[in-house]
Amino acid sequence: MDIQTQLFEGQLICLAPIDHEKDPEIESKWTHDPEYLRMLSAKPARPLSPAQIKKKYEAIEKEMDESRNTFYFTIRMRGDDRLVGFIKILWVEWTNGNGWVEEGIGDANDRGHGYGSEALRLVLRYAFAELNLFRLSVVIPEYNQTALHLFAKAGFVEEVRRREAYQRDGRYWDAIHLGLLREEWEVQVKEAAE
Amino acid sequence: MHLGMDNPEELAKCFSGWRRDTEYYRLLDTDPVRLFSVKAFQKDFEANLEKKSYDDYLFTIHTLKDDRLIGFIWLGGIDWNHGNGWVGIGLGEREYWGKGYGTDAMRVVLGFAFTELNLHRVSLNVFAYNPRAIRSYEKAGFQHEGRLRKLICRDGQRTDDVWMGILGEEWFKQQES
Amino acid sequence: MTASLFQGELVRLTMDNPETLAKAFSRWGRDSEYIRLMDGGAERMFSAKIIQSWIEKDFEKDVGQDFFFVIHTLESDHLLGFVSLFGIDWNHGNSWVGIGLGERECWGKGYGTDAMQVVLRYAFTELNLHRVTLGVFEYNPRAIRSYEKAGFVHEGRVRKELLKDGQRWDALEMGILRDEWRGGEKGRLI
Repeated sequence: MDIQTQLFEGQLICLAPIDHEKDPEIESKWTHDPEYLRMLSAKPARPLSPAQIKKKYEAIEKEMDESRNTFYFTIRMRGDDRLVGFIKILWVEWTNGNGWVEEGIGDANDRGHGYGSEALRLVLRYAFAELNLFRLSVVIPEYNQTALHLFAKAGFVEEVRRREAYQRDGRYWDAIHLGLLREEWEVQVKEAAE
Repeated sequence: MHLGMDNPEELAKCFSGWRRDTEYYRLLDTDPVRLFSVKAFQKDFEANLEKKSYDDYLFTIHTLKDDRLIGFIWLGGIDWNHGNGWVGIGLGEREYWGKGYGTDAMRVVLGFAFTELNLHRVSLNVFAYNPRAIRSYEKAGFQHEGRLRKLICRDGQRTDDVWMGILGEEWFKQQES
Repeated sequence: MTASLFQGELVRLTMDNPETLAKAFSRWGRDSEYIRLMDGGAERMFSAKIIQSWIEKDFEKDVGQDFFFVIHTLESDHLLGFVSLFGIDWNHGNSWVGIGLGERECWGKGYGTDAMQVVLRYAFTELNLHRVTLGVFEYNPRAIRSYEKAGFVHEGRVRKELLKDGQRWDALEMGILRDEWRGGEKGRLI
């Protein structure tokens, strides 16, 4: 039992709650980058105003409170608390011990610095050592090589490939589903410690 | 069989009753089995009528012989921009299991998906401990696309969630042969 | 792949807060020439307050059947107007498009044509639609020319549908198919 090691603090970034005053403006900018949206979601990419983001945040916190199977975190820089992304565990099915993970680093300039991997590492520990989930799932479009590498490095294994599930820019792409079992994560953590 | 739609009252009576057959429900859904009254189901079905969803198509399955309501088949979760939809089926009346009704309903719904909704592909997931359903889907033309490992925990045992998919072009080719 | 899904050469598509939009729509609504070019109905003027409440209500019930964007100039980020894909028949892959440039100093400068190009690219490479339709009035030759430049083909006319200032005018219908569309600078579907 290691309650001294912070669940939400990494070396570069930390996981934090939503800041309803500062964050909507920042996230609204992210939604103006169609690449960001298309990497994250199957829904048609569309820019959102800060007011729409604000409403979205309110809905997220309401859902977290009522359903108890969503866990939403903002990713912020240690030091100045600057918002760089989000990561969440959703659709948790407690009886089967499964949850889905979604993550995004909003500004292209903030990508490639390891913030995403660090946030994922923290969330894996949260999922397996605090929520006691049995496994985690993630779905990534074939064209998002960055995310595929990120999750593979974290130990996720390709489990399902839904053929031609996305259509963008005039061609079809597969939806790739990856999964990580708690027992696999525990082995990783042990090996890293040795 | 033929596909239809019944009034919320009829649907509610059947859905509430079918739930009490826990084998039926545990073959159908990963959610823990919970029992709901006819009243609760009816409220739900009536609310859905109000909602006017563009993404969800629920059909009831009736036998051709005596027009008996034996189950449902659902086509939904449609990503219209990608042309992808999900299908789910449940035969609540267990005397009708293993007699081809499910495969028949699936064929009709795939026809609807590919020639009326003009979808590009249809996905489904089925539990590894439901071999009868897996065989039925294979017969209907679905290809295996992978498994979410050890997704389901029931009776102290873990089983995989099997994912399958069929492309419109595959379905059309099948119709020709 | 995606660098300019929302961006053209002169304009970009975006979304502003309801308050900003409502103020602009209410002001544009006082320009009767703008209204008569855009809409066939009898003009009425509405306050920013009520328009804001409509916009907020619309955002709440967004069910993915309409895609509404506002148009900003790239040069000065000035809010010019709106463009919207609506009435989508997903199973047939059809949509309607409507555009309105409320700021009249921007008329006839290519902003509308550019915005239309961006929205068509969105329609054909993100929504993956098969065709886009629009309606335009005979007494709006500037718009008709703009749509022709964007690749729309004349498909029909509803003869003498409109009666304005004691004269009868046709309502035109134009359409563009995905196969006909030559999008963006590259001139081809990527």
